[in-house]
Amino acid sequence: MNVALTTPVKRKLDIKNGRVDMSHGAGGRTMGQLIEDIFHKAFDNDWLRAGNDQSAFAVPAGRMVMTTDGYVVSPLFFPGGNIGSLAVHGTINDIAMSGARPLYLSASFIIEEGFPLSDLDRIAKTMGDASREAGVPIITGDTKVVERGKADGVFISTAGVGILPENIDMRSNAAQPGDIAILSGTIGDHGVAVMSKRENLEFETDILSDTASLHTLVAAMVNVGGSAIRLMRDPTRGGIAATLNEIAHQSAVGFRIREDSIPLKPGVEGACEFLGLDPLNVANEGKLVAVVAPEMADTVLVAMREHPLGQDAAIIGQVVEDTHCFVQMETSFGGGRIVDWLSGEQLPRIC
Amino acid sequence: MKYIDEYRDGKLAKNIARQIAHEARPEISYHFMEFCGGHTHAISRYGLEDLLPDNVRMIHGPGCPVCVLPIGRIDAAIALAMRPGITLCTYGDLMRVPGSRGASLLKAKAGGADIRMVYSTLDALRIAEAEPDREVVFFAIGFETTTPPTALALRAAVKKDLKNFSIFCNHVLTPAAIQNILESPDVRKLGTVKIDGFIGPAHVSTVIGTEPYDFFAEEFQKPVVVAGFEPLDVIQAILMLVRQINEGRHEVENQYIRAVTAQGNLKAQAEVAEFFELRDSFEWRGLGEVPYGALRLRPQYSHFDAEKRFSMETPKAHDNPACECGAILRGVKHPADCKLFGTVCTPDNPMGSCMVSSEGACAAHWTYGRFREHAKSRNRKIEGAVA
Repeated sequence: MNVALTTPVKRKLDIKNGRVDMSHGAGGRTMGQLIEDIFHKAFDNDWLRAGNDQSAFAVPAGRMVMTTDGYVVSPLFFPGGNIGSLAVHGTINDIAMSGARPLYLSASFIIEEGFPLSDLDRIAKTMGDASREAGVPIITGDTKVVERGKADGVFISTAGVGILPENIDMRSNAAQPGDIAILSGTIGDHGVAVMSKRENLEFETDILSDTASLHTLVAAMVNVGGSAIRLMRDPTRGGIAATLNEIAHQSAVGFRIREDSIPLKPGVEGACEFLGLDPLNVANEGKLVAVVAPEMADTVLVAMREHPLGQDAAIIGQVVEDTHCFVQMETSFGGGRIVDWLSGEQLPRIC
Repeated sequence: MKYIDEYRDGKLAKNIARQIAHEARPEISYHFMEFCGGHTHAISRYGLEDLLPDNVRMIHGPGCPVCVLPIGRIDAAIALAMRPGITLCTYGDLMRVPGSRGASLLKAKAGGADIRMVYSTLDALRIAEAEPDREVVFFAIGFETTTPPTALALRAAVKKDLKNFSIFCNHVLTPAAIQNILESPDVRKLGTVKIDGFIGPAHVSTVIGTEPYDFFAEEFQKPVVVAGFEPLDVIQAILMLVRQINEGRHEVENQYIRAVTAQGNLKAQAEVAEFFELRDSFEWRGLGEVPYGALRLRPQYSHFDAEKRFSMETPKAHDNPACECGAILRGVKHPADCKLFGTVCTPDNPMGSCMVSSEGACAAHWTYGRFREHAKSRNRKIEGAVA
């Protein structure tokens, strides 16, 4: 038989029982099959079908924003989501916090040898669903495989681009004394959901991660608030404590907030209580803090509450003059305290 | 949160605060020491000082296990962890405590030592079971509250006949430290610290009961009110102390009746007595050598004693001369009196142990209360301008 003339039988990728091996990152046919059967299938769009190493798209006139983020969460799957949902939502949110409309994403995977294909497939499908739901396609990507022990399952990097509406120019130093701080909903849900599945820490809770794309909420806010929204941030690692401190320092102002006004689910409060954590320091993946000019604060708040992701939105305090840039809180007990950045590491690899 | 919110009720707090302001006599200046870091944390976290009249002041005591651990013990633990074959298990708080020459367990871990953060003694036990080739050492610290869990882990290790598990014992005793403070020259002779009464430990007292404090109330004529760690517990205990002072009483009272009895947890005490015995003396950071102030493993369990098993030595080590942790732990100084506070010593880069644990006086003041210093200095400036 003439071997050279036979066509090799194309074996299906054994997604159910198979595992990633070094050949899946080697640039050969095996890698092509992995990309085709898992990633292209999950993210499916014309750009990927074109099979180029890059994707071209038309750019409207105006200002664009670009961002990139790495995702290393442990465990990879947690109540309410997985690393894939974070990789899509997190990057979309980073774009959205500028007031921009996200357009496209890229996704890069570093996979550990031996990683189950079924898990990779599940993660890719979650990313595909999240990107379709958000209307922000993943149009280019990359796959690398490293030896067992050199990564932890899978690490994902996503980058994104977006377009800024006219007249929107949010800057981190724009908060002014008198401005109002609005929080879009309950805090600490993501951190508690991840912690509940951590090795050595496992506990039962019905709390789900709040992982979500916030760009439609942002669009609704910008629509009514326009340039009266001075700036927005998504309080991820370090929680709202870190976010408020960052804004205070970058804008050279202080905050006065009220503990009673901060939305908090009882399950999160309870988990934080027994873990000895302050919910103000616990990570969120589907919340934002907006600093809004006082005359427009109520209008923006109403618009937020009309959006499914802002139903629990609340005014939590206001910006004050303070050369020390302290975030001060009136506790529900009646005394005052500082809300500080967390020192050290509360929980590594939360996102 | 049920059973918790009740003890954090702002309205009730204001009522008690009004009562304290009403009953505290203007001619008396009341100084109470809260022994425990848990109380220190609650006072700072809830801004309790804002609710007290000016003549009722709190002095932070040494009841923070991480804070009172002398540098030599940290150095010894680091040296042990660097040995091949050793896995050192420790609570997270200890990771960042500075040892000599800027060393810490965190840095030793980054340098390759097998140091693992655990949430309980039983985690360490599980590691020992799962990895029989490793010598697993649990860095045991804490007051009477954390000693029973260590004893339980030892009982489990005996039962499972674990050959690769041991304890680096640093368990210390509360009554010995209170006595040490009351007998110190600062309190007795120099009068640099005025202590009119104590808020007694919460969790410690659930184990040892209130009886061990009778001696202090009697011998030193200081009232002791054992109180829970919730802010309402603390403010109610302060009211009870004010009343005792006003009425010339010096008794042991129990505010924390929902958890503490006179005799404490006899079963836990028996478990501790089975495995541990008193050390003649043990160094506390800030207090120096405290006679009978700590525990060690009984000789029949010496194979679980890491100090003996690995011939560990505790090197003599000295605090940074500018660090005031010692004076702060004795109540002689306030965190803001330390030159390092908030300059080179912050929770991100702690120089002294009081800045490490959230129960430490410096960390609590820095994290929650430092705005008061600035408010005070601003007021002083304004007063100066007016004058």
